[in-house]
Amino acid sequence: MTGFGYGNLLDLLGCFVTLSLLSVGGAITTVPEMQRFLVSQNPWLTDGQFSASIALAQAAPGPNVLFVAVLGWNVGMASGGGPANGPLPWALASAAMAVSMVGIIIPSTMLTFFAARWGQRNRERPEVRAFKQSMAPVVIALLVATGWLLTASHGNLQQAPLLWLLTVASALLVWKTRIHLLWLIGAGALAGVLGLV
Amino acid sequence: MDRMPPLEDFPAPIAAGFSPASLPRPASLAALFWAISGIALQGFGGVLAVVQRELVEKKQWLTTEEFVEDWAVSQIMPGPNVVNLALIIGDRYFGWRGALVALAGMLTFPLFVVMALTIGLAGIGHLPAVQGALRGMGAVSAGLIAGTGIRLVPALRNNVMGTLACALIATSVFIAIAFLRVPLAWTLLGIGLPAFFWALQRIRALDATPQGQV
Repeated sequence: MTGFGYGNLLDLLGCFVTLSLLSVGGAITTVPEMQRFLVSQNPWLTDGQFSASIALAQAAPGPNVLFVAVLGWNVGMASGGGPANGPLPWALASAAMAVSMVGIIIPSTMLTFFAARWGQRNRERPEVRAFKQSMAPVVIALLVATGWLLTASHGNLQQAPLLWLLTVASALLVWKTRIHLLWLIGAGALAGVLGLV
Repeated sequence: MDRMPPLEDFPAPIAAGFSPASLPRPASLAALFWAISGIALQGFGGVLAVVQRELVEKKQWLTTEEFVEDWAVSQIMPGPNVVNLALIIGDRYFGWRGALVALAGMLTFPLFVVMALTIGLAGIGHLPAVQGALRGMGAVSAGLIAGTGIRLVPALRNNVMGTLACALIATSVFIAIAFLRVPLAWTLLGIGLPAFFWALQRIRALDATPQGQV
């Protein structure tokens, strides 16, 4: 088993650059590809380390693409021998984290930047107006469907009724009230710690 | 169908004096950076709900219609959606500098937080209480995303495709993604593309009529 080393930084960059350009719907849609590259194709992370990295990033505030930073960090840390092994694993982990984030962020943002500018310059063209008008109901439905899928991943209504209740209640509160969103997140965390959901 | 959006749809300054210059907007690059940073740090399990709350409802830098349009571009392009959205908003106000600053605001502090969590919580992630908290927060953030979607429905009121077509499109996208688990690309091809041609045809028909402005 050959671990991850500085010689592999370019491989890591290449992987994330490619996935960045393919990640329509967000970086999270390319997770199966990342798993293939980091776990199956290369012996850099175990299955457990891989899914723990993603779960941890989901709990943190901010865009969920940050799970890529955690993945990169853990690749370097695991191959460097862990946090107690002196400064070397920390350096390798930092390098792998930076390379992963640059790879996943830069290509897609460049593409979006120029596409959005083109759309803005040509906003009077019928095609551009038609694109925006036709995408509006699509993206609104996608948001509702995403919320649905996220909760469904924990089980159906019979298996996890209280979890569904929590989701529906927070959806209603966001829709109908101006309650601060952090209260809702805090209530969800508390319900989870108490074992209610 | 309305040819002109009703006047009350515009923010007050436009309706009163038609001066877009007086619309709310970030005062400086620093204001943009701190606003986006604050939004990103509140976004547990998804930043979009917070962006809509802060930028559309509180600060009013965007109308609901603009927000939906920018979100459509952010979602259709590859890359993290809220990062794309911040980039587009930053670019609109301050050009490429604004885009860079918004990108930095979206990623800098959350990156520190997530790395601190990675280093600090490495050993306790498997504890039942931590697992429970993650599950509860996940269920709430799922609700936040869905609720934000419902909140954006009024943006469809003046859509050129008409209410019935919008309802049909939204319902079939929901069924395709949530129940049939059709991949996003196929959903966009199968439903988005016909919707695009329907909207294009409506726009051309409206443009051909004398007062046709949509």
